[in-house]
Amino acid sequence: MFRWFGIGGLCLLVAAAFTASLMYGIVHIPAVTVWNAFIDFDGSMEQLIIRDIRLPRALIALMVGSSLAIAGTIMQALSRNALAGPDLLGVNNGAALAAVIMIFLLHYSSLQLYIWSAFLGAGAAGLTVFLLGSMGSGRLTPTRLVLAGATLNLLLAALTQGVLILNQQSMDTMRFWLAGSLTGRDMGLFLQVLPYMLVGTMAALMMGRSLNLISLGEEVAGGLGQRVVASKIVLIGIVMLLAGSSVAIAGPIGFIGLAVPHIARAIVGSNHYWLVPYSACLGAALLLIADVAARFVLPGQEIPVGVVTVFLGAPLLIYLTQAKEVASP
Amino acid sequence: MRWSIFAQRWPLVLILLILLNLAVLLLHLMLGERLIPPVEAIRTALSLGSGEYDFAIRTVRLPRACVGLLAGCGLALSGTILQGITRNPLASPGVLGLNAGAAAAAVAVIVLLPSLPMRMMPFAAFGGALLAAALIYIFSWRKGKAGVSDRILLVGIGISAMAGGIVSYLLTLGEVLRVTQATIWMAGSLYGRTWVHVWPLLPWVAVLLPVLVLMSRSLDLFQLGENTAIGLGLRLEKMRFLFILIAVALAGAAVSMAGTVTFVGLMGPHIARGLVGSRSCRLIPTAALCGALLVLLSDLAGRLVFQPYEIPVGIVTALIGAPYMLRMLWQRAGAFK
Repeated sequence: MFRWFGIGGLCLLVAAAFTASLMYGIVHIPAVTVWNAFIDFDGSMEQLIIRDIRLPRALIALMVGSSLAIAGTIMQALSRNALAGPDLLGVNNGAALAAVIMIFLLHYSSLQLYIWSAFLGAGAAGLTVFLLGSMGSGRLTPTRLVLAGATLNLLLAALTQGVLILNQQSMDTMRFWLAGSLTGRDMGLFLQVLPYMLVGTMAALMMGRSLNLISLGEEVAGGLGQRVVASKIVLIGIVMLLAGSSVAIAGPIGFIGLAVPHIARAIVGSNHYWLVPYSACLGAALLLIADVAARFVLPGQEIPVGVVTVFLGAPLLIYLTQAKEVASP
Repeated sequence: MRWSIFAQRWPLVLILLILLNLAVLLLHLMLGERLIPPVEAIRTALSLGSGEYDFAIRTVRLPRACVGLLAGCGLALSGTILQGITRNPLASPGVLGLNAGAAAAAVAVIVLLPSLPMRMMPFAAFGGALLAAALIYIFSWRKGKAGVSDRILLVGIGISAMAGGIVSYLLTLGEVLRVTQATIWMAGSLYGRTWVHVWPLLPWVAVLLPVLVLMSRSLDLFQLGENTAIGLGLRLEKMRFLFILIAVALAGAAVSMAGTVTFVGLMGPHIARGLVGSRSCRLIPTAALCGALLVLLSDLAGRLVFQPYEIPVGIVTALIGAPYMLRMLWQRAGAFK
């Protein structure tokens, strides 16, 4: 019963953060104007800002936040490792590298290209880490899986740097995208990515039972009648969709996928029927809040939101290592 | 001379590695835009030559190769220490965030203070590495027991991520030319390294290498687990602090002169362990030589493969290192517990 209240509360939080995202910024726009921008549009500058700039930005933050959070939840269940997440395990960097290579090879940059290459990159990197994670008779301990991901990240980052050095022009366009940012994306681009995110989210919501079983361990899951390999393939596919489309539209944004499942788990426990929706809402709220914060941290200029999430998330990671022995979900 | 010393394998391995290093060093002197015959190259290097190749060898190639050699030694030694005290073969200065801290400081200097002369950069990079190490040490310090090794690694990854965030942000600030410079530095490059870069690096490696060999017994004790080590008389916290300090000093010095060269700290000790085993007194010099060889070979490849373009040495080491590491994980995944 309380869980339903919890979800309701979270949805309110998301709505509040969404509104804040529309209202606050370099130009502070009062709530009434925001309301009027949708109901009674009169072409004023402020309303234009809301509809053309802040609305897409807020929508992207909402969807990217929830997608990354769901991807993180799935990755943590699949690897039975509390420290998994798209950024720590190389998925974000893989997507970034793929996008950079495509742009370098094809000499032209369009978001369409980013999207497809980001999917491929996210998928390839994710597969690599999961194969590593489930090799052999024993699994990698949480720390070793994270180390494997960190090493993979080093490689991907080095390769990305290499390609960027070779082509200074792509460096100029890419460096903003690589920092992870929600600005400068318009509605059209967002609508191109949205279907993938929605499909991924709905699929994830339906996979609650599979997630619960897989997080018990493969032998147990198989013994309880689950088709383990098929489920894993579907789940990895969902992660690819969600992480790939998020990176495609917003660049690599870190730590949402790692931190949000932990917070959600602290609130609602490990039952994935509830964990997935909670993570989604929390992720959306968190990214919206981070985005608003990114407008205010430095006076007069905006930081890319990816930097804000790192500074929120890394201390959380450090705190997690302090508070207790690293446990698996 | 005690001939029995050659009954063991490791002295032979050491000699072989020294010879290989010298050979690749010679190749560095010989190959390039101008091909210089070997005898002339050696004579010019020892300033006995005809003077014709002085610029190419004594000003350009020899110092560059020396920086590469020393940086490789430093990084490999740093990796050996870190792997020893964390009992984890995947530890390395790069993963731990030392490289990231140095990169953040260096990029900050390049982008925010473009008027600062490049020769001050190494100090900034060193400072960044020290700061990162201090943060890691503070956050992972706990009066406590098992798991500290794990904590160091995880905290290191967190600090590394934060430094990476700072770097990303800084890269969006500066103008493209400086940003490209900064990126090249971060990739780890030996381009344009002269004697000015060799002298600050030399004492760190030359002094700390023998010191480490003397401390090798303590490093070995870490392998036995904390309780056993304390029981055998190891002053755990003090030695851990000292070792981390040395690891940071070596990695910081290497990175400050050569940029963040990846994977040497990971691969050098690992290859060495395969050659001579895990006893630190043998592992330390071998790892240093392996690291040096790795960097020299990578730099040679980077210089020659796409002439006249140069691939930064850090990228070559990443290209070799990552598949190596992934293969290592693949093979040993079942063995990790």
